[in-house]
Amino acid sequence: MTFCKTALKHALFLLLLFSATFFKAQQLPATGDLGSIHGNFQIDAQYYQPDSLIGAPRVPEKFLSNVFGNINYSKGNFSAGVRYEAYNNVRQGFDTRYKGQGIVNRFARYRTDLLDITIGNIYEQFGSGLMLRTYYEPGLLYDNSLDGIRVISSPIKGITLKGLAGKQRYFFTVGQGIVRGADAEVNINELFDTVLGQKKTKVILGGSFVSKFQADLDPNLALPQNVGCYGGRINIIREGFNFASEYAYKINDPSSDNKYSYKTGEALFSTISYATNGLSFLVQGKRVDNMSFRSDRNESLQALLINYLPATTRQHTYSMLALNPYATQIKGEIGGMAEMQYKFKRNTPMGGKYGMEITLNYSQANGLNQIPVGDSTSTMTYYKTSYTDVGQNYYHDFFVEINKKFSKKWKGTFVYSNQFYNRNIIQFGADEGFKNLKTQIGVVDITYKYKSTGSIRLEMQGLFAKDQDMVTNSNLVARGNWGTALLEWTPSGNWFFAVYDQYNYGNPAENLRIHYYLGTFGYNKDASRISVSYGKQSAGIFCVGGVCRTVPASNGLTLSITSSF
Amino acid sequence: MDIKDIFVIIVDQLLVNTPKHYIMKKIILALLLVTAFSFTSSRLDGDKIPAATLKKLDGSKINSNTFSNNGKPIIISFWATWCKPCKKELDAIAENYPDWVKETGVKLIAISIDDARSSGKVVTDVKTKGWEYEVYIDENQDFKRAMNVNNVPHTFIVDGEGKIVWSHNSYSDGDEIKLYENIQALVKGEKLKH
Repeated sequence: MTFCKTALKHALFLLLLFSATFFKAQQLPATGDLGSIHGNFQIDAQYYQPDSLIGAPRVPEKFLSNVFGNINYSKGNFSAGVRYEAYNNVRQGFDTRYKGQGIVNRFARYRTDLLDITIGNIYEQFGSGLMLRTYYEPGLLYDNSLDGIRVISSPIKGITLKGLAGKQRYFFTVGQGIVRGADAEVNINELFDTVLGQKKTKVILGGSFVSKFQADLDPNLALPQNVGCYGGRINIIREGFNFASEYAYKINDPSSDNKYSYKTGEALFSTISYATNGLSFLVQGKRVDNMSFRSDRNESLQALLINYLPATTRQHTYSMLALNPYATQIKGEIGGMAEMQYKFKRNTPMGGKYGMEITLNYSQANGLNQIPVGDSTSTMTYYKTSYTDVGQNYYHDFFVEINKKFSKKWKGTFVYSNQFYNRNIIQFGADEGFKNLKTQIGVVDITYKYKSTGSIRLEMQGLFAKDQDMVTNSNLVARGNWGTALLEWTPSGNWFFAVYDQYNYGNPAENLRIHYYLGTFGYNKDASRISVSYGKQSAGIFCVGGVCRTVPASNGLTLSITSSF
Repeated sequence: MDIKDIFVIIVDQLLVNTPKHYIMKKIILALLLVTAFSFTSSRLDGDKIPAATLKKLDGSKINSNTFSNNGKPIIISFWATWCKPCKKELDAIAENYPDWVKETGVKLIAISIDDARSSGKVVTDVKTKGWEYEVYIDENQDFKRAMNVNNVPHTFIVDGEGKIVWSHNSYSDGDEIKLYENIQALVKGEKLKH
């Protein structure tokens, strides 16, 4: 802790120093020699009104806000930065352990091609992240940065070596576990530049090792204090073809995620694609088995995750398509996705005057059957899985999207999606006796451009559900059919106005057939944006960048400001 | 109504609705003042592109501080395969891109912030759409953080000397016209519009 405080003081001192330089820079002619200061910040504040009908609770503080600001300094090869965050108190739907305010991120970095050293809070990814990814997504309050040191080196062209060690951010402190990792990547063509440099086939190989240390204080179990995870990856590219695959293996790592099982973990993630002008195919496959990897074995939710297990389902942006979203089941799943995209060229029968784009996508995820092994009297539990023994269906999504420009003024997007959603597993993590949800969803999104910089957009969405339980003990289940309409007006590039209504007209409970209406307007200028919205938000699951969180119902006035300079 | 008046109203509202907490008031006030400052001054005083390692579509790496266009302007556009307005913007520019290049020599560099989940889709999206941009992947968002991008789409103009002179967050129909007017102004040595 003393170290932390000292480090913080130093960071503040550096910041003051940089600020001084910055103000000095303003007075002198712009030579660029004094470096530059940049930053950004975001304020999300909400005034809450209780609404018993939609389940929006009374918020004692009435007003809650999430605020952050980054200030970065750079000069030549040197850069440094700090981030301040303030939660007074944290908004509804986020982890309430984000409490108070302070500097949660500071770093200093010096980089040359030979050596690139960072101290402080580090964001890093090895390969596709199966073994290590420290990442920041403010919209989800996801930040698992590593507070420590990282060294990157390219001793010869084509080889990149990385090494790091530190502890992960845990709200306003760091987690107790230590994370260490190393990664090597070889670009074969660059390494043997004289022979292979001009070849059409490109090959990149990589390998990583990540280990965490956490003391074993458990009186009953003999827990591994050092848990190692290692794996390799390959990427082969030839003209339109691209193949990428990564495999990771983890030794036994009993944790609250796997109910303290001693099974080892593994993950395989592969993508193959072909793309040429106007046409592309992509197939993605993934198998994840007991691959939760955290620097504290007793943690849950988003806290202290070391690795990232990407979902292989399509990422949706229309609200009804994303009403029942899928997230990778870290305990175990096998899944994949296939996608085809085609662009009908201009002045063809299908393409018309402006062309037309079509996307077809199918994705599915299933569980892995777990077979318990060993005697049940032991406190050490273990189970087996196999590549051929595929378990129950968790999710599927068949998706078609057509994009068409009809004229200079009119264009539209049309979507159909058929989804299967295993509510028990995805929402509750175990069989709670709910029926699976089957939905059909349609979207029509039309834009009318009435002048060169002004447009009106109308979005109509319908979600039709069947085979639902008529249980309404929670706002999160059995909500039946939905209709959604959105009307957006952007009179010039700067202002925007929108009204939005999500109508749960098919709710099994008649008194819950509610309109969730929302009005919003905002102003954009350069790199700044202010928006104000008022209305009701239905309870649901909100996902950005592959991470999901549950959002409670709310009612009230929301103010958002983002700016960067 | 001027943007400053809006701020005054917002600050008033916030303080009325806020519990009488000294620190919090200070923080909000300070942040709002900084916002107001950045709105009014638009301080983009020509800093160089910061360094970050990006992935090319052929798997090799490139450092963002080596971006150059032989003394002609560069547009840097942050996007993602799942971001509808981003793709609208890049589609709208693509319609006139050959003319833009011919008239001003401008080059567009599209930076995808897709993570491992969707970064495989960058190449298929780009090829299907037939975009003729330079496209790089910022998989763990190092460049996004270095450029202080909050949300996508976010578009920058870099002048012939490699200095960032203009930026804009969000896209609505027709924004590409203003973007191009600024490119033309830059080439002619005129003042940029904000």
